[in-house]
Amino acid sequence: MDERVAAARTRFRLNGAPVTLSPVPGERLSEVLRERLGAREVKIGCNAGDCGACTVLVDGAPVCACLMPAQQAEGRSVETVAALVRDDRHGRALAAAFQNRAAAQCGICTPGMITAAVALLRADPVPDEAAIMDALNGVLCRCTGYRAIIAAVLEAGRSPLPGGAGEVGSAVRRLDGAAKVEGREAYGDDIAPPGTLEMRVIRSPHPRARFALGDLDTFLAVRDGLEAVLTAADVPGRNAFGTIPGFIDQPVFAEAETRFRGEAVAAVIGTPEAMRRFDPADFPVTWTPLPAVATLAEALAPEAPQLHAGRAGNVMCEGFVECGDPEAALARADVTVEGRFRSGFVEHAYIEPDAGYARMRDGRLEVQACTQAPVMDREGLEDILGMERGSVRIVPSAVGGGFGSKLDLSVQPYLALGALTTGRPVRLAYSRIETMQVTTKRHPSDILLRIGARRDGRLCGLSFAGDFNTGAYASWGPTVANRVPVHASGPYRVADYRAEARAIHTHCPPSGAFRGFGVPQAAIAQEVLFDEIAEKLDMDPLEFRYLNALENGLPTVCGQVFEQGVGIRACLDALRPAWTAARDEAAAFNARAASDGGPRRKGAGLACGWYGCGNTSLPNPSTIKAGIRADGTLVLHQGAMDVGQGANTVIAQIFATALGVPLGCVTLVGADTDVTPDAGKTSASRQTYVSGNAARLAGAALRADILMRCNASEAARIALGAGAVEVTEGARTQRLPLGRLPPDAEGYVLRAEETYDPPTRPLDASGQGVPYAQFGYAAHLVLVEVDTALGHVRPQRFTAAHDVGRAINPLLVEGQVHGGIAQGMGMALMEEYLPGLTENLHDYLIPTVGDMPPVETLIVEEPDAHGPYGAKGLGEHVLIPTAPAILNAIRHATGCRLRAVPVTPDRMRAAILERQK
Amino acid sequence: MAYSAPSTLQGALSALAAGPVAVIAGGTDFYPGLRDAPAPTDLLDITGIAELRGIARTPTGWRIGACTRWSEIVRADLPPAFDGLKAAGREVGSVQIQNAATVAGNLCNASPAADGVPPLLTLEAEVELASDRGKRRLPLGEFISGVRQVALRPGELVAALHLPDPPAGARAGFAKLGSRRYMVISIAMVAVLVRLDGAGAIAEARIAVGACSPVARRLPALEVMLAGCPAARLAGFDIAPAHLEPLAPIDDLRGTAAYRLDAVAELCRRALAEAVGVAERGDG
Repeated sequence: MDERVAAARTRFRLNGAPVTLSPVPGERLSEVLRERLGAREVKIGCNAGDCGACTVLVDGAPVCACLMPAQQAEGRSVETVAALVRDDRHGRALAAAFQNRAAAQCGICTPGMITAAVALLRADPVPDEAAIMDALNGVLCRCTGYRAIIAAVLEAGRSPLPGGAGEVGSAVRRLDGAAKVEGREAYGDDIAPPGTLEMRVIRSPHPRARFALGDLDTFLAVRDGLEAVLTAADVPGRNAFGTIPGFIDQPVFAEAETRFRGEAVAAVIGTPEAMRRFDPADFPVTWTPLPAVATLAEALAPEAPQLHAGRAGNVMCEGFVECGDPEAALARADVTVEGRFRSGFVEHAYIEPDAGYARMRDGRLEVQACTQAPVMDREGLEDILGMERGSVRIVPSAVGGGFGSKLDLSVQPYLALGALTTGRPVRLAYSRIETMQVTTKRHPSDILLRIGARRDGRLCGLSFAGDFNTGAYASWGPTVANRVPVHASGPYRVADYRAEARAIHTHCPPSGAFRGFGVPQAAIAQEVLFDEIAEKLDMDPLEFRYLNALENGLPTVCGQVFEQGVGIRACLDALRPAWTAARDEAAAFNARAASDGGPRRKGAGLACGWYGCGNTSLPNPSTIKAGIRADGTLVLHQGAMDVGQGANTVIAQIFATALGVPLGCVTLVGADTDVTPDAGKTSASRQTYVSGNAARLAGAALRADILMRCNASEAARIALGAGAVEVTEGARTQRLPLGRLPPDAEGYVLRAEETYDPPTRPLDASGQGVPYAQFGYAAHLVLVEVDTALGHVRPQRFTAAHDVGRAINPLLVEGQVHGGIAQGMGMALMEEYLPGLTENLHDYLIPTVGDMPPVETLIVEEPDAHGPYGAKGLGEHVLIPTAPAILNAIRHATGCRLRAVPVTPDRMRAAILERQK
Repeated sequence: MAYSAPSTLQGALSALAAGPVAVIAGGTDFYPGLRDAPAPTDLLDITGIAELRGIARTPTGWRIGACTRWSEIVRADLPPAFDGLKAAGREVGSVQIQNAATVAGNLCNASPAADGVPPLLTLEAEVELASDRGKRRLPLGEFISGVRQVALRPGELVAALHLPDPPAGARAGFAKLGSRRYMVISIAMVAVLVRLDGAGAIAEARIAVGACSPVARRLPALEVMLAGCPAARLAGFDIAPAHLEPLAPIDDLRGTAAYRLDAVAELCRRALAEAVGVAERGDG
C-alpha cells in the first residue's frame, strides 16, 4: 500500500482552526506556517534544529518546525506563540512575566522560548530552575544571558510589574516588549509578502580563487522562474562598500578573484518555486583555487600573497599611543611580567540571520532590512547604485541581534540591485551557513605585553604590541587598531606607556565591529598579567587594582584628565564583599577537595574594564526630533536603532523626563531615513549617551517652547490633554489650545529637533588628545569550578559592578550586564570560529541556558557631567572584564596560566597536565 | 516528485524497491544534512507506520520500533539497565530534537558521536532490517560499519532494535563530555552496564565508548579486568592504555586525540561509579 500524497492535501489544526494545503515534497512545516499560513511569528534562525527559534507545539510537544516535513502535521494540532500568549493561561502569564523581567531583548528567540515554556508549565505548573533549564535547553538566546528568562518562567503568573512612571531611573517595561512576546515584531525576513521574488547569492567555496563565469544567458533561459542573474557588471555605481572613508574596499561582487571563503560573485533572482528547486552548485562558474593566507603569521611572511595594493606586507593600518618612557620605566621596575596572548575569531551568532526586503517606489529605492546603522546603509547603497543622495530610503526592520556585525552592509546591496534590475520587489534571507561565512567577526589577536611595577605596588611601565587578523576587507578594522591602544592600559594610571596595534589582512572573512572593538582581547592580556604581577608583589589582586586605578584628576594614557566621573574605584569598592566571600568559599572548598581527593577545584577571579563611549576623536552627532499634533499626540522620532539593548525605551524615558510628561504620553516613530533624523549608528556604546543627550535637549527645547508660550517658569508642570497642553504653576493652570496653532508639513503644531555631538579632540602622533568625552567603568568577579580530571570549567556565579553614571532604566542595565557576561563567558570558554569548519550553530558553540550561572548586578552611579542625567554608555563595557576574570579564576583554582581563549576542556586539561609535570 | 507516507511497512518496502527515494523520519539529521541545497523531491516518510513505533516486551527481551522517538524512550517504563540509554536520550540534541528524532535515525546517521550508540552496545542491541526480500538481523556493532556508513542494502529499512533481557539486577550509567551544557556534540561519551555480585563486587561489566573511534566500541579488556572489582574501588580504578586499545580517536575541533583517551578513562570511572551508586542505594 503506497499512499502517494504528493498532490494530496495535508490537513491540520493551526491554533485551533482547521487548515488545508498541499505542501511540496520536502517543504518544512516552518515554511508552510510562515509563507502559506501567515504565521511569521515562527522565526527561522538556523534551519537545522540548533537554535529553536522556530519551536512550535505539535500535539502539545515542542518541536523545531524547521525540521518537520509539513506533511507530518497531518491530522495534528499545531500551536504557535501568537495564539499561546492570547488563548493559553500559561502563555498569557509568560507574556507578562517576560515583559516584567525584560526577558525579551531583541526578541527573535522569544517565540521559541515562550512556546517551549508553555509546554513545560502545562506539565509542571511550578517548575524549579533545573526543570526550566531542561525545558528551554533547545532554544538559544544571544542577548539576555538567559537568567531573566529563567526568572520569568519561575514567576510566571505572579510576576510583579516593575515600578515607576517611566521617568529617568525607573525600571519600566520596554516600550516595544509586547510586540516581541506576542510574535508581532517584524524582523528582516518578516516584511516581504508571500510570493515575492527571492534572491540567492553565489559564493566562493575557496579562501582565495580566480573565477570565470559561464554562459549566464543560457543558464537563465533554461530555468523556469529564474528572473535575473546579477554580477559585478550590473553594479551601476561603485562596486565597493565599507564603513570608514579611505577603507571602502569590499566589492559587492568580486570581479576576478575572491579573497575569502563565501565571497559573493553573483546573485540569482527567481520566483519562490524556482528558488526552491535552485541548487547553487548548478550555477555556471569555474574556480581556480590560489594560495591563501589564513593566519597572522602566514600573512606577515615575506613571501605571502598580498591582498590589497597599497597595503604593503598585508598591514592595513596601525594605531599608536605613547606617553612617558615605557622602556626606561620597565627597566627600573622592581618586578615585571610579560606574556603572549592569543584569541581566535568570534562569531556574533545573533539568532536572526541577515535578511531584508527591497522595492522601487516612485523611482526611489526602499530597503527594509535588519541594521544597526540606517543612514550609513543609505549612503553606502547610493554609492553602489550610483544614485543621488536622497534616492534611497531605509526603513529598518526589527533587528534580531547585531552586536556590531549589523553595522556593515550585508544583504542590502544585493536587495538594492535586485529591485533596481527587476523593477520588482525582492527578498533575501541569508542561511545560517551564509551568515556565519560572510558577515564580520571579532578579530583574532596575537598580543605581546610587558608590565612593570614598583615594590610599593605602583605600575611602572606598560608596553603592548598587538596584531589583529582583520580578514580580507577593512570593515571596522581601523577602529579596532585605533581603539585598542587607547584602552590597553585598562582603567589605570600608567605614566609610562606604549601601545601599538596593527590590523593585518588575511584570506578570512572580514573582521569588524563586535562589542568592544578589540578591547576585550587586549583586556585579557592586561588583566591576566595584572594578577600575575600582583602575585609577584604579594598583593591582593583587588587591592593592586585599587591602588593603580584611575581617579578624577589623573591623566589617562592619552593625557586626558577627567575632573569628574571616573568610577573604577567605586566599582572595586562595590565588589569587595563579594570578593572576600568568593575567595573564602574557594579556599574552603579546595581544602575539602584536597582532603577528599576529589578532582574539582574552585577559584575566584576578578578583572576590570573601561570603555570610551562614542566614536574615537571623530564627530558622531545624533539628532532627535519630536512634535505635538493638534490632537495632543506627542510623537518622538527615535532613530537610535534598538537592536535589543533598549534604545526605544531609554531614549523615550530621557525625552519624557526632560519634557516633564509621563512616558505613557510618548508615541514612538522609529528609524526611517525619510521621516526620522539621523541618530547615528548603534555602536560604540553611544546611544544612551549621545542620542540620549539629543533626546534630553529635544525634550528641554519643547518644554521651553511650551513654557514660553504660557509665560510659565521652569518649575511649572506640563500635562498633555486632548487638543491642548495644560501648564500648571502653583494654583494657576493655563490651557494652550493646540488647534489654534498652525500645523507644519508633518502635522506638528509644536516641534523640537536637537543635535548632540560629544566634545572630543583628535589624537596627535603619540595618541595624545581627547578621544572620548566619557568612559564607563566595570569590574567583574567570577567564582568558577574546574573539573581538573576532565578540564571542564563551570562558572558558578558572577558579580558585576558597573559604573553607568546614572541607570536610566535599571531593568535594561541588568539585561545588558547579563547578556554581555554570557558573551564574554562564551569567548572565554567555548567560542572559536574556524572558517570552513564551524559555519553552523552545532559546531560553533555559544552558551545555552544550562551554561549561564546567576549574575548579581551592582549598579554604580558616578554621574558624568556630559551624560544625560549623568548617564554613561554600557553595552560594550560588559564583556570586557568577563573573560579575563574567568582566566584569573581558573588560575586561582588550578595554578594554570592560560594564554589563549577559548579555554576548551581539552586545553584546560592539557594545561593541568603540563603543570603537574 | 512525490511525498510518500505509507501506513504499513510493506508499503514502505514496496516504495523503496520501486526506485531511488530518500527516507525521512524525524528529519533532525535529514534537513541539516542538506546544508543550503534543495531537498530531494522523492521522499519516503516512514513515521506513519504503526509497526515501526513503540517499545514492546518480547519473550526474550525488548523491541524498540525504528521510529520510536527519543522522548518516548526517556519516558518509558524500563528496567534500571536502561538508565544509561535514557540518560543518552536526554542528551540527543534538545527537547525539541528528542520529540522528533528517532532511535533508528540516530543509528542510520552513523555519526561517530551518536549519543544513542554506546548504551545500545552495552545492551547488546541487534538491528532488524527489512526489505521486500524478507528480514535479517545484525548486531549493532556490525550494522554501523564506519563513519556515516551502515550495512543497509538497497531496498532495506531498519524496522526495529531488539534488546535481549539484560542481566538480572544490572544497572547502567552514561557519562558525556562536551564543551557546553545541552545541545552539544560529544567530545567523548561512555555507557556502562554492570551487575554486582552478592558481595558488592562487579560480576559483569559492559563498557562502550563513543566519539573516540569511527564507530563506538566496547572495551572487552577493561570489562574483563573489572570483574571482581569491589564497587567501592571503582572511582580510583586504574585504567591502562591497553584497556582502551579498541579506540582510535582523532584530533578535531572539539578536542585532541590525546585528550579523548585521557578523558575516556575518567569518564569510565564516573559512569561506573554512577551505575554502581544507583545499585548501592538498592532502589528496586
